[in-house]
Amino acid sequence: MSDHEYIPKSKAGKWFNDRLPLLSLGAHLSDYPTPKNLNYWWTFGGILTFCLITQIVTGIVLAMHYVAHADLAFESVEKIMRDVNYGWLIRYIHSNGASMFFLAVYIHIFRSLFYGSYKSPRELIWIIGTLIYILMMAAAFMGYVLPWGQMSFWGATVITNLFSAIPLVGESVVTWLWGGYSVDNPTLNRFFSLHYLIPFLILGLVVLHIWALHIPGNNNPVGIDIKKPSKDTVPFHPYITVKDIFALLMFMIIFSGFVFFSPNVLGHADNYIPANPLVTPAHIVPEWYLLPFYAILRSVPDKLGGVILMFGALFVLIILPWLDTSKVRSAVFRPIYRQFFWIFVVDVLALGYLGAAPAEGIYLFLARIATIYYFLHFIVILPALSFFEKTDPLPTSISEPVLTGGFSTAMAKSDNITNEKK
Amino acid sequence: MKKNNLIKLLATILITVFFCGKAYSASKDLLKIDWSFAGITGKFERDSLQRGYQVYKEVCASCHSMQYLSYRNLSQKGGPEFTLEEAKAIAASYEVEDGPNSDGDMFTRPGRPSDHFVSPYPNVNAATAANGGAYPPDMSVLVKARPGGANYIYSVLMGYEEKPIGFILEDGVYYNKYMDGNKIKMPSPLSDDLIEYSDGTNASQLQMAKDVTAFLTWAAEPHLEARHRTGTKVIIYLILLATLVYFSMKRLWSRINTEE
Repeated sequence: MSDHEYIPKSKAGKWFNDRLPLLSLGAHLSDYPTPKNLNYWWTFGGILTFCLITQIVTGIVLAMHYVAHADLAFESVEKIMRDVNYGWLIRYIHSNGASMFFLAVYIHIFRSLFYGSYKSPRELIWIIGTLIYILMMAAAFMGYVLPWGQMSFWGATVITNLFSAIPLVGESVVTWLWGGYSVDNPTLNRFFSLHYLIPFLILGLVVLHIWALHIPGNNNPVGIDIKKPSKDTVPFHPYITVKDIFALLMFMIIFSGFVFFSPNVLGHADNYIPANPLVTPAHIVPEWYLLPFYAILRSVPDKLGGVILMFGALFVLIILPWLDTSKVRSAVFRPIYRQFFWIFVVDVLALGYLGAAPAEGIYLFLARIATIYYFLHFIVILPALSFFEKTDPLPTSISEPVLTGGFSTAMAKSDNITNEKK
Repeated sequence: MKKNNLIKLLATILITVFFCGKAYSASKDLLKIDWSFAGITGKFERDSLQRGYQVYKEVCASCHSMQYLSYRNLSQKGGPEFTLEEAKAIAASYEVEDGPNSDGDMFTRPGRPSDHFVSPYPNVNAATAANGGAYPPDMSVLVKARPGGANYIYSVLMGYEEKPIGFILEDGVYYNKYMDGNKIKMPSPLSDDLIEYSDGTNASQLQMAKDVTAFLTWAAEPHLEARHRTGTKVIIYLILLATLVYFSMKRLWSRINTEE
């Protein structure tokens, strides 16, 4: 962590810093040498931090007004929407914030996949990241249950029932999760408790994620190791902060578009109907960000098999650094991987679409193909490419990229102002 | 190149979101109205909301509750904006059960603006039993609880037709073009001149359907106007700030570029 020794100017600062080196930490964060060729795909880390803080702050305020009781939850949410000052704003930021959080995290993950940021020496950053992602899904799922609408209730019923697929103890596990013999008030109470807890677990993991990042430093679009600090790096502040802020403002404009002008478009109308255990909605659909995994779950005819495959789809992400052993990180210099990357993107989007479609006929068939391809990508294609792909020659530094045909270098260069010559 | 990728990705995401929405709401093409409250600067028309309340009160309220609204809401900014006196008078025209008093008895008293809308039935079971086994849903958030929202409500109100030949309807079930399965247990609630508008507007079925839909939309989203207003300001502010930050960023980074 210590790039160079930081010595506070004031006496009081020195006194404090000798006992608790917070000022050194601040100096490290500010001076942190960052590759100067980072493009806008790298701004999503900052955006995600913003999303997490936004969710925590709005969530704490909502919890002051929300009542976690099966008979009162729906009404308390309506009270927030109607009678709490700016309650509608706080709740719409929170509910759309979840979607925005996932939008950003998916871009962040795919950026990592494209530029090989999960490879040595950054495996732990990646693994911590996947854990954050899994916790995010848990938090989002439980949050969606809290308004106690129809989709809350039936979503909770479907997802918790998955655990009944566990051999021998499945039924007992489900009863234990529910706190009773069906999804009911005890379930709502514990989901509220956990929904409040998980964001702080995420916050802790985010600290580790950033700590682990600051050991090797950022990957970059060229994907080569760079000397730090050097001509290839800029101090984090002000160069990266200003760029992150600009990107964040762009993101906030889109975010505001949803919050103020179509706050319910990402939700499901059925969740404005109070939960009713006696009436099953026509289609039980999770939130959009869980749909790819829902599609994988449903594409297996056997319940246990579906559950295993669904969790397998997450587990395969954790071991990704050891599946893709190609020494070249950035897809810019991997002509074949680049193609497969985009096919994989399409595959995941297709799974998302099919997760919302009815599980029958052509949809089910396509979902099965897409599921098989998902695993094929990680378990067969990536290891095979690691051996057979002929990668393009790498430049020696960011400042002097070798000219290996215009296409690659054009892609390696970021499109932002860093490379614009005045 | 990057830019293209970004556009491609965003486009695919938007298309996916769009199709997911489509897949969710696989319903027939609804009647579409150019609502005054739609769009970025959309607002309600006060007259229409006031008439809509009259339709609700004289027609819908005999079966449908609206438990999350209070009489005071009727005089709030952004709503029908009855005067406070009018809202008080409306509230007072209802008998509200209160209590227990100091003797431990429940009693009724005239309503106050702070009271919630009085429900036509004491509970869901009573409402269901009185309506042939179909619960008339609470209308507080009905517009948000149906895919298609205001257009859907309007379409159902206008969607009553003679049943096609060969279509089988049970007793007490009506044919509606826009309901799932084309069956609805509510008889067509609106017909020309069913009520007499207090502002003298011609009470055609179409007019009433429009007015009551606008009223229900406001009821489901009472802060819609404030939301639109605030949103416009927020986005203008963000764009201005982003412009400033953009030029600051250019200036800062130009130091790095000139070193090269």
